[in-house]
Amino acid sequence: MKYAYYPGCSLECSSVAYDISVRKVAEVLGIDLREIDDWNCCGATEFFSQDELVACSVVARNLALVDPQIDQVVVPCAACYLNLKKTDTLMAEDAEIGGKINEALSAGNLHYQGGRVRVRHMLEVIYDDVGEAAIRAKVKRPLTGLKVAPYYGCQVVRPRDAFDDTEHPVKLDELFTWLGAEVVDYPLKTHCCGGHMTQISEPQAFELIRRLLDSAVERGADMILTMCPMCQLNLDAYQGPTANYFHTSFNMPIVFFTQMLGIAFGLEPKQLGFGKEIVAAEPVIRAKLAPAASATTA
Amino acid sequence: MITVPTDERSMTFMDEVVADAPGAERIVHCMQCGSCSGSCPNGPDMEYTPRTLFALIEAGQRERVLSSNTMWCCVSCYACTTRCPQNIPITDIMYALKRLALREGLAAKTDAPALARTFTGLLEKYGRSFEFGLASRYYLFNKPMAMLKMGPLGLSMFTRGRMSLVPTKIRQLDQLHAIIKKARELGGTA
Repeated sequence: MKYAYYPGCSLECSSVAYDISVRKVAEVLGIDLREIDDWNCCGATEFFSQDELVACSVVARNLALVDPQIDQVVVPCAACYLNLKKTDTLMAEDAEIGGKINEALSAGNLHYQGGRVRVRHMLEVIYDDVGEAAIRAKVKRPLTGLKVAPYYGCQVVRPRDAFDDTEHPVKLDELFTWLGAEVVDYPLKTHCCGGHMTQISEPQAFELIRRLLDSAVERGADMILTMCPMCQLNLDAYQGPTANYFHTSFNMPIVFFTQMLGIAFGLEPKQLGFGKEIVAAEPVIRAKLAPAASATTA
Repeated sequence: MITVPTDERSMTFMDEVVADAPGAERIVHCMQCGSCSGSCPNGPDMEYTPRTLFALIEAGQRERVLSSNTMWCCVSCYACTTRCPQNIPITDIMYALKRLALREGLAAKTDAPALARTFTGLLEKYGRSFEFGLASRYYLFNKPMAMLKMGPLGLSMFTRGRMSLVPTKIRQLDQLHAIIKKARELGGTA
């Protein structure tokens, strides 16, 4: 299975553990990822606040750069995924806007036909394209004994035509039951992490972060699984400041779902970017899971 | 009774909003049910919740709407858009209101516009986002005192290899610049 790959800026740096684990897991599952050559930033939410045509044109350059032989692009970051998908849909459905965006692209000798490239999230590809049987067959170190809170965040399943239910998505839940984990019922699974509010108005963000952490603790989760760099950053790096703000304490590891998928496939934590999270996840893995099969036979 | 043809009457505030976001014409179907306000994670911090804001737009309260902090509290989670029974693209309308407020110089006193400008300024310079540059520039010029508090957090990100002091540049920066320049010439909003 061949896919274009759009990592996005966070995966180059603050969420490099996501990129490392996505590539590793893809290798195990036979997902052939071809990184888009010379891709640019999707603009996050910040360009849309200033100029919509510029915002869409900046996003569309990436779609135009997808290898003509490939008709799907995989995006792990929730914000990039939404921007690419939104721009593609807009160009496919609104000829006038599509025309304007293409006029802008033509200044760079590029063209993109809305709808040509199908924009897909990494979870969607793993769940729908690889599927249950192939995934179960790869499990070498079942996650039995580990309680995970599946956190989808907001942008992956919104605003419409989502690959999972917008109110009550289940694909991440199901994926982790295939791996043997105990998936806790996490009622805030699609609630907002505060997004860029950690930079603008901390108290506002801290309240949203506190709710998410409290709920996971209440449900007895050992860790929160995330699929978005912003969610990971807010819940992990701002976990300490949030605890201080509310005069409480938390010790909840926040890991990318692909990192734990790799653990279940028998890969070593260091191959999956573990150790980069602020709240250490490896002590929990060691305490809850049986050692990897290769380690026991050695 | 004298009737004024639609194309000759002056543009209402509602028309302005509708003209600025694709699909925004559905705003006329708002029935004030409040699903948006009830779904909004940042509703408590808004001067007007989305439902109230839409009533104010309908009432033509241009300055009150554009100078409010409401849209700057929106972090684009799309919960309202997903739940709106009338399929109004509420998040996109919030973006349109941010753009209108900036254009009119009425943007509320929050740090959100500064963050947006710093972010896109770096995007235009390098073609990629530059997290260290964003954090340092944004804090230095907008909240220098908070920068001291950010120190330990920045350091723990740096020691874990999650923050780079040098930006990544794309190769075809000229191409990106040409596209952005053309998009601006075309009149900005789609």
